[in-house]
Amino acid sequence: MLEIKCPWCGSRDQDEFHYGGEAHIVRPTEPDALDDEQWGDYLFFRKNIKGAHAEQWCHSSGCRRWFNVIRDTVTYSIHGIYRVGEKPSGEKV
Amino acid sequence: MGRIALVEKGWIGGGNTGRNTTIVRSNYLWDEAAHLYEKSLKLWEGLSQELNFNVMFSQRGVMNLGHTLQDMRDIYRRSNANRLNGIDSEILSPAEIKAIVPAMNVSSDTRYPVLGASYQPRGGVARHDAVAWGFARAADARGVDIIQNCEVTGIRQTEGRVTGIETSRGFIGANKVGVVVAGHASVLADMAGFRLPVESHPLQALVSEPLKPVLDTVVMSNAVHGYVTQSDKGELVIGAGIDAYTGYGQRGSVSIIEGNVAAIVELFPVFSRVRMLRQWGGIVDVCPDACPILSKTPVSGLYFNCGWGTGGFKATPGSGWAFAHTIAHDEPHELNAAFSIDRFYSGALIDEHGAAGVAH
Repeated sequence: MLEIKCPWCGSRDQDEFHYGGEAHIVRPTEPDALDDEQWGDYLFFRKNIKGAHAEQWCHSSGCRRWFNVIRDTVTYSIHGIYRVGEKPSGEKV
Repeated sequence: MGRIALVEKGWIGGGNTGRNTTIVRSNYLWDEAAHLYEKSLKLWEGLSQELNFNVMFSQRGVMNLGHTLQDMRDIYRRSNANRLNGIDSEILSPAEIKAIVPAMNVSSDTRYPVLGASYQPRGGVARHDAVAWGFARAADARGVDIIQNCEVTGIRQTEGRVTGIETSRGFIGANKVGVVVAGHASVLADMAGFRLPVESHPLQALVSEPLKPVLDTVVMSNAVHGYVTQSDKGELVIGAGIDAYTGYGQRGSVSIIEGNVAAIVELFPVFSRVRMLRQWGGIVDVCPDACPILSKTPVSGLYFNCGWGTGGFKATPGSGWAFAHTIAHDEPHELNAAFSIDRFYSGALIDEHGAAGVAH
């Protein structure tokens, strides 16, 4: 059972949260300008990192806000938690 | 094909092959998937003879339960699709289910009553370890070099063609390389310079202490969410959905297990005091459409067989058969042509989340 520190609510059990997949995937601003391979890449292809992975979580049973987490996908240790629009260090993007 | 080596990071059968819940069936919805899994099922039927190793394939039937009207509509649709593809499938009523599985609670006084089920009589279970050892022995007898404790650390290529693999025990030159590493598919693809549409998740399972025979078929429920069989050792073999987060740790969170056994006890109240003996996890490479990738890749001579996610064990013989064809001919067979990486560019996904029977 993971323990995740929601940036607004504090540390809570994993079951209060919903996993949102790989973080920092930027939606293309002009989808019509992309070819099939570029669009398919955006929709489906993922880093699937073995190691430190930047991912999204939502505190669905609490404040219901989304935030980012850096978690090691082998040890499941959480290295950092940061808000959308920030970097892991806390500075604004 | 000439000289063939099989390179395994750990010991053969030590990955997902030795960790799955052993169910074998071919009751998938779409033509492409149905034909591939059915090819595999037909190979299962002669496998012990062909490998000269008892894989203990027991065709005890597979039941997929419906608990809502929509479940039953989906079941009728899939069952009809199976029959049109020459795959055995029947629809069972609650009374017929009860006759086969006396231990199941089929009363209407439950939150999710059993309304019926699809039933594939030729489906069943097999001994997962035996499959690995049987194939290894037969391959070895045909001259394949099986190299264990040898981790691939790099894939060499020149001008877009594969030239060999770097391993923890040295370089092996090859002009054809097939990669079948399940949860580690993305790691190997990264060595060759491309990405895949797969994500690796923990999938957990657990077995009970041995019991006297109480269940002689395979029971699966999408809605209540869990599936159970009884092994020849008497253990109840139980599984359900993946952990939502990605993970290579071969373990997951206990809340998944809690939800899983709650579903099993809902279906089988008589199991409520059974003691669970062992629990474990694997790493499943899940594709967006719950269908595999059996494909050529951007690198010539490099072939990937992955993305089977939660349902690869049943496809073991068929997957190997189609992959061998693809490697030998440098072209997919008709059975795996649709399972190319390119379908994620063309949009020709084959959605088998329903038939997968495992929550993603």
